[in-house]
Amino acid sequence: MQQIAAAGDSRALEDVRVGALGKKGSIAELLKTLGGMTPEQRKTQGPLFNGLRDRAADAIAARKRELEGEALEARLMTERVDVTLPAPEAAEGSVHPVSHVRDELIAIFADLDFKVAEGPDVETDEYNFSKLNIPPEHPARQMHDTFYLKPQSDSTRTLLRTHTSPVQVRTMLAQKPPIRIIAPGRTYRRDYDATHSPMFHQVEGLVVDSETHLGHLKWILEEFCKAYFELPAIGMRLRPSYFPFTEPSVEVDIQCDRSGGQIRFGEGRDWMEIAGAGMVHPRVLEMCGVDPEYYHGFAFGFGIDRLAMLKYGIPDLRPFFESDLRWLRHYGFAALDIAALHESLSQ
Amino acid sequence: MKFSVSWLKEHLDTTADAAAIADAATNIGLEVESIDDKSATLTAFTVARVVSAEPHPNADRLRVCRVDTGKDIVQVVCGAPNARAGLIGIFAPPGTWIPGSGFALKVATIRGVESRGMLCSERELQLSDEHEGIIELGGDFALGTPAAAALGLGDAVIDVAITPNRGDCTSVHGIARDLAAARLGALKTRPVSAVPGKFESPIRVSLDFPAGKESACPLFAGRVIRGLRNRPSPEWLQQRLKSAGLRPISVLVDVTNYVSHGWGRPLHAFDAAKLRGHMRARLAREGEKILALDGKEYALDPEMTVIADDAAARSIGGVMGGEDSGCTESTTEMFLESALFDPVRTARTGRMLGIVSDARYRFERGVDPEFVIPGLELATQLILEICGGEASALRVAGRVPEWRRHVRFDPSDVNRLGGFHLPDEEIAAILLRLGFELRGRGPFDAMPPSWRADVHDKADLVEEVVRIYGLDKVPAAAMSRPYAIARPVTTEPQRRASLARRAVAARGFAEGVHYSFIPRAHASMFGGGDEARQLENPISADLDSLRPSLIPSLLAAAARNQARGLMQVRLFELGVQFESGHPGAQANVAAGIRAGEPPRHWTKSVIRPDAFAAKADALAALDAVWAGARSAPVKAGAAHWYHPGRSGTIATGPKPLAWFGELHPSIASGFDLKGPVSLFEVFLDAIPASKARSSKSRPKLEASDLMPLTRDFAFVVGADVTADQVVRAARSAERKLIESVELFDVYQGSGVAEGKKSLAIAVTIQPRERTLTEAEIEGIAQKIVSTVAKATGGVLRS
Repeated sequence: MQQIAAAGDSRALEDVRVGALGKKGSIAELLKTLGGMTPEQRKTQGPLFNGLRDRAADAIAARKRELEGEALEARLMTERVDVTLPAPEAAEGSVHPVSHVRDELIAIFADLDFKVAEGPDVETDEYNFSKLNIPPEHPARQMHDTFYLKPQSDSTRTLLRTHTSPVQVRTMLAQKPPIRIIAPGRTYRRDYDATHSPMFHQVEGLVVDSETHLGHLKWILEEFCKAYFELPAIGMRLRPSYFPFTEPSVEVDIQCDRSGGQIRFGEGRDWMEIAGAGMVHPRVLEMCGVDPEYYHGFAFGFGIDRLAMLKYGIPDLRPFFESDLRWLRHYGFAALDIAALHESLSQ
Repeated sequence: MKFSVSWLKEHLDTTADAAAIADAATNIGLEVESIDDKSATLTAFTVARVVSAEPHPNADRLRVCRVDTGKDIVQVVCGAPNARAGLIGIFAPPGTWIPGSGFALKVATIRGVESRGMLCSERELQLSDEHEGIIELGGDFALGTPAAAALGLGDAVIDVAITPNRGDCTSVHGIARDLAAARLGALKTRPVSAVPGKFESPIRVSLDFPAGKESACPLFAGRVIRGLRNRPSPEWLQQRLKSAGLRPISVLVDVTNYVSHGWGRPLHAFDAAKLRGHMRARLAREGEKILALDGKEYALDPEMTVIADDAAARSIGGVMGGEDSGCTESTTEMFLESALFDPVRTARTGRMLGIVSDARYRFERGVDPEFVIPGLELATQLILEICGGEASALRVAGRVPEWRRHVRFDPSDVNRLGGFHLPDEEIAAILLRLGFELRGRGPFDAMPPSWRADVHDKADLVEEVVRIYGLDKVPAAAMSRPYAIARPVTTEPQRRASLARRAVAARGFAEGVHYSFIPRAHASMFGGGDEARQLENPISADLDSLRPSLIPSLLAAAARNQARGLMQVRLFELGVQFESGHPGAQANVAAGIRAGEPPRHWTKSVIRPDAFAAKADALAALDAVWAGARSAPVKAGAAHWYHPGRSGTIATGPKPLAWFGELHPSIASGFDLKGPVSLFEVFLDAIPASKARSSKSRPKLEASDLMPLTRDFAFVVGADVTADQVVRAARSAERKLIESVELFDVYQGSGVAEGKKSLAIAVTIQPRERTLTEAEIEGIAQKIVSTVAKATGGVLRS
């Protein structure tokens, strides 16, 4: 038994086993002596010898497992890797803030049953202006410094849409009320300075129904702002303004605090302009085949880039479109950070 | 539109201060952009007198002045050429923040002489850009008087953004009228009486338009004023104009600006001595030119209105006067014009000529047709008061066009559109305060005043009522939810775009958003750059073409990043590309690039930007949006900006679903890109729509309990045989039992003949009903070998 315990490796243990239990081993020799014994002797010595053999075999097996365990342990110790080495190909993808905020807007308005509508970036004068009650030489056209395309082969004149409002026109011409849509998309104006980019993004909202009024517009805007800024309450102020395609027209300010060089919403006494809106002008309804005596509607428009800047503290507009990888990684969103109302609009 | 509070109070009797005025204005739709209160920013500056000015001992251009501040005499070193004894100016003591220079004044030693303060220029006080000399005050001010008071800046200046519909508010009077309607005070109206003519105007006026174009200028009035002594305007008038950001010039010009800004009536003052014969309003002649007051010559076209004498056009109607006929300080006889120019024509003229002027601003928004003559009389009175002289009788051509119109208005529309109830009497009271005339009860018959050309229908009237009543009082009202639980709101293409975006981002690409217009040179490299996709008025010459592909935007962005030292770029965009300049000729594309040598990695497992990285990227995007992606056929070659031998097209029909591959080297060098570049374009709009299904239930899973087995084969085939041919042939050998065929090795070299290659495949066989015998398996293997041999000429490698 001492020899078993002392066996330092499997080979030594095997020697012990052969020495005891092998054909000529000590226990085997002992067992052989049973043949020359009397039945009485055998009765007493037999179990004794067999017991000895079994105990030796068990001890050897146990020692064997022990030695194998130790050997595995020793081998694994030599197989160490430096786990601080970098794993291969860590993906560092990101989703642009404009895309993420667009998804947030869709998630919020989806809950209010607004469908997502789209329209082309290249538009006709008729859809971008005339049908929105902006005739040629209207002073409002100066607010929309427009990119025109060179005359087409069929001599039609097209332009890059200056707002997403043509989608209102296209939607009303294509479907009967009730209508609830939002239309996010690219928009273009000939404006390029520190706070303007020749391309930017708007989201348009349009509701047309038999009973729709300014109070509903106010409610939608309030609910949207609370959801988007993820605040329980936020002060809002509507100011009379002017857009040719709405009447009455309003501009929408939300409550904010600018002290300390940072903007915080839902507190403070300052106001931040955030949207333009109004009741759809009866002439626009009429031009789009909707009876203004029976239907009313309201429309609103936000700047998506601006919403992203306000919520996520992005200081400048122009880097949005420059694709500096450092900017994209810093202000972008993880690929699977999907805007959802039941979880959170963003992580 | 800027005005000072004291100017407003000429027109409005109110006790409100600047802040209250600004609040009231904003609440009725006159958005206040800023309130500039100089008395607050200039508190430290005071009136002082230069007692003596001696040459600086060590500097030719400097003077050492002794300045009496009213409290004591201080020494100031001054570099202004006009610094002299007796000058009354504006003094800043040490410690003062100088707004125009952006520093705080300190006691300084200038070339060895101590200076304790500063005499200030207009620029230093941010009053103007004037920095030629220090301010010289004209009036008689006690020393120590606050500068703001002495400079007539004692009251705050309010800047209001006027929306294009409110031509009536392009004047101080108009703003006062609107504020009065909102009950901020009582409107003060200056009585205008006709100035009796002392003589017949020697200059006659006429309208000279062809039939059908009379609306260009339906009314033209004027008169001669003679015996004038033109000069700089009195202080009060100068201060009014300065507060509005206008530069005082001389009485005759300043009065026209005062009436224009004060009452919204643009006028023009001609020097009568420079005119030839009589005046007429007419359309410009072909080829006619005029040197305008801004010193530039403009070529006119026959749709532009001019005021002309017998010899030439003397002013561009409603836009700008002519340089040659303008008043100067030596003018003694003037012709004062007041006319009504058509808004649309004026807007067009201004836009075509690129002239922005105060007159254009007002005419294109519409001026009050009833104030043409009163405005002329008002200006005449002011000129006579200040300059003396005598006025002729008026000459008038044409008449005030009919502006009266009636809008039928049911007060219940306020409730229908506004969502709140207001008694009829209150609605009527608001409209009356705004100058409307009302007839009838219940549904009114409302006539807008002459200055409100923007009000046409019931929605306009609702807006008037709502804005004066107060938008903040409109209660928010919940909208009905048609469904308790929101329904899906996006279309399949919209969902696909979203999925593709997330799938590509998950592969380590950063999403960029780029302009839809790119340099023409880039567009031409990608099949664009034609006339139909050119902008007529680009923001700059290198942003003039609608992009025919997203790739040039991505390559340019990658090059910008590499130029900043970010050498490894993985960038994608999900956006539109344009097929022509027509609406709708655009496609949604998911495109991405990998550029630059991949980052080194100790495991050596890196993804190089090559055709197969691009293929994996394209398939990942496609797979995210379309179930057929993995089995779609892949063909060699793609668009011409891809490497012709290392690119592929995924397509099920004639239209490609995706292109992938390596960038053509000549394009890479055109964009100055470093390292290898792979790219892919997935055409989201080309992907077949999924079939409408009545149920989302899936077919039952067929998972066999029998053990699948795998056999490897290596075929030696011709070098031009594709992997796809071999794999498809092997699969077709026994469709029922062969579960999959994977290609796992490609080998060319010793042991394989020249012009040949070895392709190794692993075939997985899935027994269906019972285990297969060795003989059956051998049979399948034979079939595979023979099918591949038949299809590709490949032989089993020995």
